[in-house]
Amino acid sequence: MNNPTEYLPRSYHTRVSTYWWLARWPYVKFILREASSVFVAWIVVVTLLQIRALTRGPADYAELQNWLRSPLLLTLNAVSLAFVIFHAVTWFNLAPKAMVIRLRGKRLSSLAIAAPNYVAWVVISAAIAWILLRG
Amino acid sequence: MHKRSNEPFLWMLFSAGGVVSAMLMPIHVLLFGLAFPLGWVDAPSYEHLLALVRHPLTRVYLFILCSLALFHWAHRFRFTLYDGLQIKHLNELINTFCYGGATLGTAVAAYLLWRIP
Repeated sequence: MNNPTEYLPRSYHTRVSTYWWLARWPYVKFILREASSVFVAWIVVVTLLQIRALTRGPADYAELQNWLRSPLLLTLNAVSLAFVIFHAVTWFNLAPKAMVIRLRGKRLSSLAIAAPNYVAWVVISAAIAWILLRG
Repeated sequence: MHKRSNEPFLWMLFSAGGVVSAMLMPIHVLLFGLAFPLGWVDAPSYEHLLALVRHPLTRVYLFILCSLALFHWAHRFRFTLYDGLQIKHLNELINTFCYGGATLGTAVAAYLLWRIP
C-alpha cells in the first residue's frame, strides 16, 4: 500500500502539539478514558500483592493491610476507583454504538442494549461482595 | 513484504479485558482499597480469604481477571503513548514495553496462583 502523503512536500506536515487533547472536552474525555488503563494495571498489581501476602502468612498479610491504610495508598485507590468507574460507564455506553440489534425490523434503542450491562454490573458486584463478606 | 497482522488478536484481548475490568474491578477496589482499610465494613478474616484463594475456581477467576486486564492496559496504554504524547517513532520500544509487561504480569500471576498452598 502506498502512503498517500508520501509524495507531498515535507513542509506540508503540520506539527501537532503534545497537548492537542486539552483543546476540547471530548478530547480530554478520550485521554482520561485511555488513562484509566494505568489504574486498571495498578489494581492488578495490588491484587497480586494481596495473593502473595496471603500465601506468605498472617503476619505478611497484616503488614500489607497496614500499608493499604496509609494516606498515599488510600488516595491512590480512591482515584483508581473513580477511574475504573469512568472506564466501566464509558465502556457500557459504547456497547450500543458497537452493535446494532434489530428486533422485528426495528432498531433496538441504545438504552435497551446498554441497560443489561448495568444490571449485570450490579448483580456481579453484589455477588463478589457477598462471597467476600460471608466469612 | 507483508506480514500477517496480529492486531485483531490483540484487539480481542483488549476488548475482553475491557469487559472484565469494567464488571469486576470497581467492587474490588471499593472493598480492598477503601472499605476494608477505612473500616466501613468488617474486613474478611485472613483464614476466610486464604480458603477462598485456595479454591480452584477462584484461582481461575483471578488469573483471567489479572491477565486480561493487563492486556487491556497494554493496548490502551500503547495508543495513549502514540496519540497522546505523539511518540510514534519509538514504536518497537513501546510495543515491547506494553505487551512484554502484560506477558510478564500474566506469568507472575500464574506463578503466584500456582504457589498458593
